[in-house]
This record gives sequence, structure tokens and C-alpha cells, in this order.
Amino acid sequence: MNIASEQVRQTLDSLYRAESGRILATLIRLLDDFDLAEDAAHDAFATALERWPLDGVPANPRAWLISTGRFKAIDVFRRRARFDASQETITAQLENAADDSAQGIYDGLADDRLRLIFTCCHPALAPEARVALTLREVCGLTTEEIARAFLTTVPTLAQRIVRAKAKIRDARIPYQVPSAEELPDRLDTALQVVYLVFNEGYSASSGASLTRAELSAEAIRLGRLLLELLPDPEVMGLFALMLLQESRRAARTSPSGELVLLENQDRSLWNREQIAEGIKLVERALLSRRFGPYTLQAAIAAVHSEASDAASTDWLQIVALYSVLARAEPSPVVDLNRAVAVAMRDGPKTGLALIEAILARGELADYHLAHSARADLCRRLGRKDEARSAYHRALSLTQQEQERRFLENRLRELDEKSD
Amino acid sequence: MISNNEAEARNTQFFMKYICLGYIEPNKFESMSESERNAMVDECWTYDEELRAKGHFAAGEGLQPPQTATTLRWKNGKVSITDGPYAETKEQLGGILILEARDLNHAIQLMSKHPGVKAGPFEIRPALDMSEMMRESEKRRAGNRETTK
Repeated sequence: MNIASEQVRQTLDSLYRAESGRILATLIRLLDDFDLAEDAAHDAFATALERWPLDGVPANPRAWLISTGRFKAIDVFRRRARFDASQETITAQLENAADDSAQGIYDGLADDRLRLIFTCCHPALAPEARVALTLREVCGLTTEEIARAFLTTVPTLAQRIVRAKAKIRDARIPYQVPSAEELPDRLDTALQVVYLVFNEGYSASSGASLTRAELSAEAIRLGRLLLELLPDPEVMGLFALMLLQESRRAARTSPSGELVLLENQDRSLWNREQIAEGIKLVERALLSRRFGPYTLQAAIAAVHSEASDAASTDWLQIVALYSVLARAEPSPVVDLNRAVAVAMRDGPKTGLALIEAILARGELADYHLAHSARADLCRRLGRKDEARSAYHRALSLTQQEQERRFLENRLRELDEKSD
Repeated sequence: MISNNEAEARNTQFFMKYICLGYIEPNKFESMSESERNAMVDECWTYDEELRAKGHFAAGEGLQPPQTATTLRWKNGKVSITDGPYAETKEQLGGILILEARDLNHAIQLMSKHPGVKAGPFEIRPALDMSEMMRESEKRRAGNRETTK
């Protein structure tokens, strides 16, 4: 008996890890209510813990959990209906459907998580709510975990989730995969959410820790899921981009916690497995000829990954890729990155002229990386006073602790060398 | 709600009302050339007719400019009357369309194709379902009548 319950507990633990997302997604579809579905999923696992040691593990555990969750919800409806006549029709509908063949219920099962992603990433929700709701409903993170990751308070985050769920219900945001016509735009919004989560984990916008590894890992899991459900070239591109960036995590910070730039990283620390998978996916996405900005950025990351050091990097190809990217998605930040690549290809003088022209356009006047890139090229050209004032400008524009230490170190090096 | 087919059936049966508030910059209309203005009006009305034919257009009105607006407010125990619109914003409410749609995605699809969106933003608001409030209010009022008899 004890052995049986211990085995059941282990089975349920692994089922929970592997299947709770799919179960919740299906229950949300069946019950049309996020909160009710969350409670139903919880009740289903609790009931399994009680029943399975006695009755044995069912042949199809996932189907058992879904249908148990649904019956639990019907019970809730029945209890409510005793107090409120308007619930009667809903209860009747649910009960009728419970008699449907199991087949009907599980139709479109594979799509449920995809539906859930598109509902949580709906553009009619506030951007920060999309992120919170996706992490909570699709990734299964707790409100406390999300609040900690985004350096916000639990009540603020809980409020954000409550409001988003209320809007889904009240404005009737449907639980569906967008039509073919809407899909490209909606997919963009969903990919933005995934990349935002990744970046928040990869380069935190503020605070003492440069990376919050769990958040990036979550984004990669989400990317893999999305790719599995919707193998679109840009999904492939984003997933590859995240893998290739993640592959450098161990090399990005020194043992003492300092930021290490790409050119100075110990490339033996790069994760070869992630690089291999990333490169394979980039190649597939590029072959589709329907790729976009994520694939192009992943292709640039792939070129870096293939070089044994900064000097032997194929800068010609990187400049070319940035040029295509700048045309696909014009942005001053892309222009800046292209200018840095040109500096590597043609020398700091040419690169500096480009960066100064970009800064003169004004959009990046307050962007710390534009000033630190300029400072770096000035330093290479031996123009120390200009380098110094540009590093100072960059320093005044960033709150990120490790970035600040990096810039302060550069300033110190400048002073030491001028002595 | 239950199976996909059932959800489809329910959705086409029960449309939801969405109030679409069309905003426009002051003088945007006046600053157009006559032919631009005519083309705009013709396009909008053609689309409105299409919506009506498919049962999506419950009602719609254009509004006269904000300088024709009068605002009533309850102040110090009586109604005070002032000239002008309630909210002073850069873009002013120019028209209202009541749309019948399955859900927000459907409403967004229908209004994204409305030529009016090129002239100014649409705000889409789900209509409040007041049936429950109405039932309760009726009960209260019936009770009041009983007691005053």
C-alpha cells in the first residue's frame, strides 16, 4: 500500500511535469474559464493521488485527468446552480457534453496549447500582461516566481494576471489559433513575448545579476513547444537565435562575475550541442526563403559560432547579413551593429564614421551601447580623450550593474595606458 | 464550449455587440480635397452596407464636430450646462458603429477592413450585458409598487 502510493506519487510527479500544461490547456478549452480550469486541473491531480493507489494507474492517465477535472468543474457548477438559476443552462450543457464520446473531447488536443499561447499573447492584452499570463498559464510558473523574475511585487503581478483574464472573458477574446490571414501578425506578437522572456533572462534590464538563467531556459522551452506546434521559419529562426545566444552563457561572465565581450570570450566554454542544433535550424529556416528578422539574427549568431576567434570571424558575411536585416526591418540598432561589423571588416576608422553618422541622426543619442561602441573605436584609434568622454556618456546612461563595472574597467585601462 | 463544432454553432447563434468608437483628428475631413473626401465617404458606406448585408451592422451614426457638443453635469444639486465636449483630446469622437460579432477576433477582423480606420483610430468596446441587472431592477421596482399600494 505504501509502496503503491509512493510509486503513484512518482508517476504523478513525472506526469505533472510532462503533461500539466497540456491538461490545463485542454481544460481551459472545455470549460471556457481560466480560473475554473486551474482549479479543475488541481482537483484532478489531487483525486488521482487519492484514487490511483487503490484503483491502479489508468491506461490513459492524461485522458483520465482531463475528464476527472471536467467532472470536478461540473460539480462546482451544480453547487453554484443551486443558488443561481442562470447557471442551470451552463451545467446542462456541460453535462450533455460529458456524455459525448471521448473522441470528441480530445479532438484538437494537440492544438490546445497553441490556442492557449495565442490567447495569452493576444495583442488586445497589455504587453506586460501577455508575458505574465504566458509564463503562468503556458509555462506553469507561479505568480511568485514570475514576480521575482521580473523584480516586481506579487500583488502587482497578480493584479496584472487578474485583469488580463477578466479582459479575455469580458471582451470575449476567443480561444483559437488565428486564421491564416491574421497568423503572421499574431505569430509576431507571440514570438515577441517569447524573446522578451528570453532577453529578460539573458540580459536583465536592471539589477545586479546579468543573467537569470531560469527565465531563458523557460523561453527556450516555450520556443521548442511553439516550434513543435507551428514549424514556421521565423519560429525556427527565433528558436535558433535563442539557442545560439544561450550557448555562450558560460563564457559571457568571468569567474568574478564581470561581463566578457564576444571578442574576448573563451570559446571552449561555448555549448557545442546548442550551437549544432541552432546552426541546423538556421540553415533550414534560410532554405525556406520565407524567413524574417529572427532568422537573419540567428544566421549572424551562427557565423560567430563557427569562428574559432574574433579575428577569424567571417566579417564579410556578417556585414552582408546585417545589410539584409537592415532592409527587412529598418532600425537604428541594426545600423549600429552593422557599423561595428564594418569596423571589424574595414578597420575602426570606417566604422567610427558610420557610428558618428548614426549618432547624429539622434534616435540613439541616449543609447548606452552606441556610446560605448564609439568609445571602443576611438580607443582603438588612440583618440583617448574622445574615448574617455564617450565611455563616461555610456556610463551615465546604463543602470545595469555589470555593464557599469565593465565601462569603469575600460576607463581605468585607458588611464593606465596613458600614464 | 464543448467540442469545436458545438463552439462554432454557439458562436454563430450568439453574436455579441461591440461598440466601435471612431476617432478623427479635428479638421482632418475638412482638409481633404473634395475628391478625396468623396472617395472616403463612398468607401466607408460601401463597407457599412456590406456589414449590414451580413448582419454585422446593428446601428451607426456619424457625429457633428465637437464644437456643436453640449455637456450636462450634475453640480451642486442641479444640472449645469456647458459648451463643448466632455473630454478634450487631440482626436475627437467622430462616429459610432454598433457591431455584431462572434468574439473579439471577429470584431477586429471586421473593423480592420473598415476604410474608416485609415482616417483615425477605432476603439472597440464590448457592450455590457445588462439583462441580469435589468431583471433585478424590475424585481426591485415591482417590490416598490407592492409596498406603495
